[in-house]
Amino acid sequence: MTADTMTANRTGAPIHPAWVRVCHWVNAVAILVMIGSGWQIYDASPLFNFTFPRQIALGNWLAGAIQWHFAAMWVLVINGLVYLALGFYTGRFRRKLTPIHPRELVADIKAALTFKLAHDDLAHYNTVQKVLYTGVILCGVVIVLSGLAIWKPVQFQELTALFGGYDFARYVHFFAMAAIVGFLVVHIALALIVPRSLRAMVTGR
Amino acid sequence: MRKRTIIPGVDPKLLIKDAARAMPDPMRRQFLRGAASLGALAFLTGCDIIDGETADGVLRKISSFNDGAQALLFSKTKLAPTYPERAITRPFPFNAYYDEDEAPVVDGASYKLEVSGLVDSKKPWTLDELHALPEVSQITRHVCVEGWSAIGSWQGAPLSEFLKRIGADTRAKYVWFKCAEGYTNTIDMPTALHPQTQMTFKFDNKLLPRAYGFPMKIRMPTKLGYKNPKYVVAMEVTNTDKGGYWEDQGYNWFGGS
Repeated sequence: MTADTMTANRTGAPIHPAWVRVCHWVNAVAILVMIGSGWQIYDASPLFNFTFPRQIALGNWLAGAIQWHFAAMWVLVINGLVYLALGFYTGRFRRKLTPIHPRELVADIKAALTFKLAHDDLAHYNTVQKVLYTGVILCGVVIVLSGLAIWKPVQFQELTALFGGYDFARYVHFFAMAAIVGFLVVHIALALIVPRSLRAMVTGR
Repeated sequence: MRKRTIIPGVDPKLLIKDAARAMPDPMRRQFLRGAASLGALAFLTGCDIIDGETADGVLRKISSFNDGAQALLFSKTKLAPTYPERAITRPFPFNAYYDEDEAPVVDGASYKLEVSGLVDSKKPWTLDELHALPEVSQITRHVCVEGWSAIGSWQGAPLSEFLKRIGADTRAKYVWFKCAEGYTNTIDMPTALHPQTQMTFKFDNKLLPRAYGFPMKIRMPTKLGYKNPKYVVAMEVTNTDKGGYWEDQGYNWFGGS
């Protein structure tokens, strides 16, 4: 592997600065706790004709799950706000996630599906990555806001109304979770297929 | 040599025991047999674990912290949304930790609401006396901690008016309720004084049926269902948090919506 393929930045700056890596892993733990406990909460009053098996849910019963959910929410939101603030302030979102050109997206999707999408330069995101990372950040915002709407349908009733009322907000919360889980499946699979990317998110290089 | 700890100040054996308790049965045996990986324990390291505390203790502490956060978010004047009559959920569900045919049967004729604590008048109230109080009505959404909700119609007297009548010390922190089958509940005074907190004697303009809490329910649309006690037989104005049936088992004390 030559220096050219390791990183595009010849000054030796990390692919992911320390704040990105810290935010990433804090978020990883927090979101897994939120999803696991969220599944257990869902099981108390399922929206659809299925429940999540207790073996993969977190909290053992409704009270336990709620305790986990309302503990991890602080970590998720505080860390998320720090990440968003720094992402905008440092210009990282602009540099890494823009521009998104529809034609490049189609080309990159085709390349991805035929296993021809290269990951030589980990510092540069292809259009599929840009779309998915932007998308999951938006899903994160929606899931937090819809969560607040169903947690406080009286105190935050204007927010709950924005989400179509209490009952509909529950569905929004569920589908935002499903989208995040879908992202995680792809994200984790690809991190394992391209282990250099996983290493870069741990060491920065 | 210093005892090796995964989390500073926490006995790993206690931590593993607590983690095992939080897991479903099939996983527990595997976990206790030492199959736990650092990854599983990572679930418990989401936040600072204080010296000597176990995971359950930390979670309860955070739940208490959330009580404070919710108290800050609570508005004394903001009203829960109200609905038209056609929105009422029919049939309105029965919900308790027992079956409907096990719900308490309270004799209205001999019923007396016991009043105690930081109040001027500790005189018990008969049902006729309670029914004579000025009546208000609300059609609001009952939200259960399980996630479901139902819109109901409740009529009765504002609790704030009753507290004024009996000379309650409204600087006190809590109002506590006891129910016929042993259910108990403590609420914060600001919620007790909220305009929509109601001593309920009717549902849908008909005498409160046994299923919905006869002879008296305390309706609080600013709190979840388990904080809306039914079959109330006694109340106390107090500065002592006496907990509650579900709260003592780990549900959040404030339970605000």
